[in-house]
Amino acid sequence: MSVLHIVNKSPFERNSLDCCLRLAKADSAIILIEDGIYALQKNSAAADKLQQVLSKHRIYALQPDLQARGVNPENMLEGISLLDYDGFVQLTTEYDKLQSWL
Amino acid sequence: MASKKFLYINRKAPHGSIYAQESLEVVLIGAAFEQNVTLAFIDDGVYQLLQNQDTSGIGTKNFAPTFRALGDYDVSQIYVERESLELRGLSKDDLIPLTYEDEDDDWAEKDSIHVVSSLELADIIEQQDVILNF
Repeated sequence: MSVLHIVNKSPFERNSLDCCLRLAKADSAIILIEDGIYALQKNSAAADKLQQVLSKHRIYALQPDLQARGVNPENMLEGISLLDYDGFVQLTTEYDKLQSWL
Repeated sequence: MASKKFLYINRKAPHGSIYAQESLEVVLIGAAFEQNVTLAFIDDGVYQLLQNQDTSGIGTKNFAPTFRALGDYDVSQIYVERESLELRGLSKDDLIPLTYEDEDDDWAEKDSIHVVSSLELADIIEQQDVILNF
């Protein structure tokens, strides 16, 4: 069974991302939305954690949320797939379960 | 009435909740009443000052450009905690340049943003009369 994990909280304010990374099985996917995208900023503690699991999970991020927050793709961890809203909706249809780490 | 020293502490990211936008509104109102206003950005609050925020894709108001108006309201003391920036992989260059014109120095344009250590910020907090948290 395939799971898409959704993280919408800043990794510096909540432990949602840590909890997700601890409990997500290999080959499940993770999408960062809203304040969750701050984890992608290069040279941050959170980006280092994501870097370590890139071989284990496909990681996505919602591009309009990056743009709103001023996190530029060039300052972002590499190996992340950016999606627009339509792409996000499409992605949700490709997994059996959605798990939102609120 | 003697003016009091007001410190506004901002610790929330800008678009995930309403705190940041509400804080900026209150700051501008307080400044219009000629209070002595100081701003501090700590923890996720530092994200409020990031350059190139563009909310056109998420359908909310982009209030980041409003920070540029602070100088015109004589809000010239803006402190950003260095430790918070570093933890997030950020530096002063990533922040919106904010300036004011110093009336005591022939209206020279000067930086409003000061990146300070936790120790320095602790002193700034102690010097205030009123502290408001967002």
